[in-house]
Amino acid sequence: MSTRDLARLDAGPRRAHRLVNRVLTYLFLVLVAVFFVVPVLWLLTAPFNRAPSFTVSLSQPTLQNFPDLFKNPYSASSLLNSAIYSLGSVVLVGGCAGFAAYALSRVEVPGRNLILIVLLLLSSVVTGSAAIVPLYFIAFNLHLIDTVPGVILLMSGGLLPAAIFILKDFMDGVPGSYEESARVFGANPLQILRDVVAPVVRPGLAVIAVWIFVNAWGNFLIPFVILRNPALDPASVQIFSFQTSGGQAVLRTAAAFALLYTLPAVVLYLVVQRRYGFRFYGGIKA
Amino acid sequence: MAQVRIEDLTVQFSGGTRALDRLDLAIEDGEFFALLGPSGCGKTTLLRTIAGLVLPSAGRVVIGDRDVTRLPPGDRNVAMVFQDYALYPHMTVAENIAYPLKVRRVERSRRQEMALSVGASLGLGELMERRPAQLSGGQQQRVALARAIATRPDVFLLDEPLSNLDARLRLEARTFLKRLQGELGITTVYVTHDQAEALAMAHRMAVMDRGVVRQVGTPVEVFQYPANLFVAQFTGSTPMNLLPARVDKGALTVGGRRLPFPSGSYRLREGDRVTVGVRPEYMDLSTVERHDGLPGRVAVVESLGVTSLVTLEGEGISFQVVVPENRAPRAGERGWAVADPARTLLYDDRGELIRAF
Amino acid sequence: MAQATSPIPETALPSAGLTANPAGLSRPGALAFITPGLILIVVFLAVPAAWTLYLGVTNYALFGPQASHPSFVGLANYAQALHDPLFLSAVVVTVAYVFGSAVVGQMVLGFALAWKLRQAPAWMRQPIETLVLFAWIIPAAVVGFLWATFYGPPPQTGTLNTVLHTQVNWLYQFPIPALIVFNIWRGTAFSMLLSGAALNTLPPSYLETARLAGASGWQQLRDVVFPSIRGTLLTNLLLITLWTFNDFTPFNLTGGAIPGATTLPIYIYHEAFEFSLFGLGSAMSTIMLLINLIIALGYLWVLRRTAR
Repeated sequence: MSTRDLARLDAGPRRAHRLVNRVLTYLFLVLVAVFFVVPVLWLLTAPFNRAPSFTVSLSQPTLQNFPDLFKNPYSASSLLNSAIYSLGSVVLVGGCAGFAAYALSRVEVPGRNLILIVLLLLSSVVTGSAAIVPLYFIAFNLHLIDTVPGVILLMSGGLLPAAIFILKDFMDGVPGSYEESARVFGANPLQILRDVVAPVVRPGLAVIAVWIFVNAWGNFLIPFVILRNPALDPASVQIFSFQTSGGQAVLRTAAAFALLYTLPAVVLYLVVQRRYGFRFYGGIKA
Repeated sequence: MAQVRIEDLTVQFSGGTRALDRLDLAIEDGEFFALLGPSGCGKTTLLRTIAGLVLPSAGRVVIGDRDVTRLPPGDRNVAMVFQDYALYPHMTVAENIAYPLKVRRVERSRRQEMALSVGASLGLGELMERRPAQLSGGQQQRVALARAIATRPDVFLLDEPLSNLDARLRLEARTFLKRLQGELGITTVYVTHDQAEALAMAHRMAVMDRGVVRQVGTPVEVFQYPANLFVAQFTGSTPMNLLPARVDKGALTVGGRRLPFPSGSYRLREGDRVTVGVRPEYMDLSTVERHDGLPGRVAVVESLGVTSLVTLEGEGISFQVVVPENRAPRAGERGWAVADPARTLLYDDRGELIRAF
Repeated sequence: MAQATSPIPETALPSAGLTANPAGLSRPGALAFITPGLILIVVFLAVPAAWTLYLGVTNYALFGPQASHPSFVGLANYAQALHDPLFLSAVVVTVAYVFGSAVVGQMVLGFALAWKLRQAPAWMRQPIETLVLFAWIIPAAVVGFLWATFYGPPPQTGTLNTVLHTQVNWLYQFPIPALIVFNIWRGTAFSMLLSGAALNTLPPSYLETARLAGASGWQQLRDVVFPSIRGTLLTNLLLITLWTFNDFTPFNLTGGAIPGATTLPIYIYHEAFEFSLFGLGSAMSTIMLLINLIIALGYLWVLRRTAR
């Protein structure tokens, strides 16, 4: 057997190997896609079914579930309230986190990483159920019970550390020469942040804005605890009352409401994804 | 327009490293001044200290008649071009050029007008609405220059502005930049690690090493009379031949060979150890024996285009000679390298140039 | 050092600290930037967290005499918690949940997706990324709803049972695997995004060099990729571990009524709200915080060790 024959023999299996590899990769990706899509299918069918069950089915298609849903006066108001709380959180938490992340990114603070990690730890405690009583007392003493700012402020503590942590990574990626050249022109730190750094990290700000929005949009515990007036309830609380009443008639409206409640978050994500690309900067490193 | 004076300047970093060590320098009004040195020599730190981006531990920086040592960068009326140009990716060319004017609260219509005229004068007229990512490296560099010029600074600070360009473009940009500086007449401090760039562009230059200035002078002075072995080795496109020698009965013993003294008279004693320095360009190669030549065997011949660089191995020493391309020898041949006595230098045992008188 | 003649006393100037701080942000300036966030963090994070720790050593309750005058009970709540078999079982369930869904599930699937999607054509990459992201974006209440119907037990047969032609009550019979699969679905997006971002920082020449040397896919990962993006992977691990540990979403699936699926946050919620034992609930939260702290310190330790 000549060396050329040997080489050909060798190339055959290698090409086959590569083909198998490619097929396996695609198979994996298709399975993942199926896994992620199947649980969502119910949300796309049940709202349009006159008699939805727990199975994905469009046996009796209808649009009647949506008008029925808005017979409940709180359906519309809760979605509006959710928008107010979520956008308020985006502005408050995003703004505060932006300034803090920039300062932490640029000024050497001893033990910076440890502080951030401790804050992350505490934030997961505060978003848990046990801290609800202290949070309630704080809201009570600051006269925040049953108020819009109350909901936004109480959610901020749990969101800020992670927002700072992730934004800081984007800020770290801005070349120092951008800021130095602005300084030589005479720009002050506020101007530099507003004119140079913030526009450069816009994709990061967009990611964080979506993250804050989605978290506030889904937050149940805090509005549930500090709001008494149902007219102030957000959709997260409203959907709970749909679910707990049970029964087939309610499943129709619950499904329709779930779809309406999901759409704004998804649309926001799609808009940001289209405009900036929804991704992190360089892989956050502590 | 202004003179820049550096007085007794020390910059010590928090780790304890001393980037600049009691440095004195005076840069004249309208001068194109190059700071040359290997990386880590402190040249960029010096530039950044003039800009105010680094605060000195001791000493003064004076621009014109103002002591600016403690002024923030924005109050010094200097403009800096960074190695990566630092063009803002979210702004158009016009916005980039106008941004410093915006910071200085120049009215919108006025600053647009100024940006347009400066941009046009640098040949950027067609590109004003593009973003930096849509420009070539050379165009980006011009935008950075235009942005600096638009502020009408007293001093230009340029940090290796050509190092991101490819070789041919760099030559064009070099000529362009030198002409531009001549027309504007603005005092310019130019940092580079490329000795050819410094020689080609500067009126005067300082060669730096480990936080101190090793020589200040015109390119011709620095090239022809390097003040010490460091400068001698760092300048020139081919390294200078540096050969150990000893003073012996009115002549120099180099590599076991007695050679005549270079032109001029020197205060040297019998037996002194010196280093003979001569650039390969100032040596001639003879194929017949010469009593004033260093004998050797040709080891390597490198073509430089118009000339060839010949490396010869002598007795325990090796040295290089530049010859015209039509006279390039072949490897293995014997040759005698003859130094031009008017261009031969002597360095003492501390590496300092011994001046003839 | 400073000369006697120098007009500037050396102490008056930061010794070239500005090189590390291109923004020219002074310490007071930095403080001003941090202050708004800091106030929010102190009032709405540090104070309630400290308050929770304090409640853990009292017999505070929502109603009755202990509501207005809680008394100090020392470590009694801790002793009670540690002797409570249901608490201990919740710890075990939580650890299994975190390990299975976050450490193994989200991390591995998230990285595998990021790695494989790099080679996939765009028409495949974008829809799959978006689908995975959707699972992360959908509000928790809806997600709970969706998975409750997906796992739907007989008689209200859910999608899973319909597809498999089974009559299994998944959440009762296989509580931990059911929750793990659910949470992998829910949270993989974050690991995928972070891994993808880290992979993008990898110079292509690294992988090309390895490929030229004949390294297989797995060898490239082990010898080139993992060592380069270790820091990001560890940070990702820390974040998803903490998030999963404190995740309350399983409550939306189970209503908190399935013993084998009771994670710590759900159990604490029971004790605190249904039995009104806030002191005990807070003590349990503190124990949970300590477990999280150990995880975080372990993470920092590994990070510091591998950084050398």
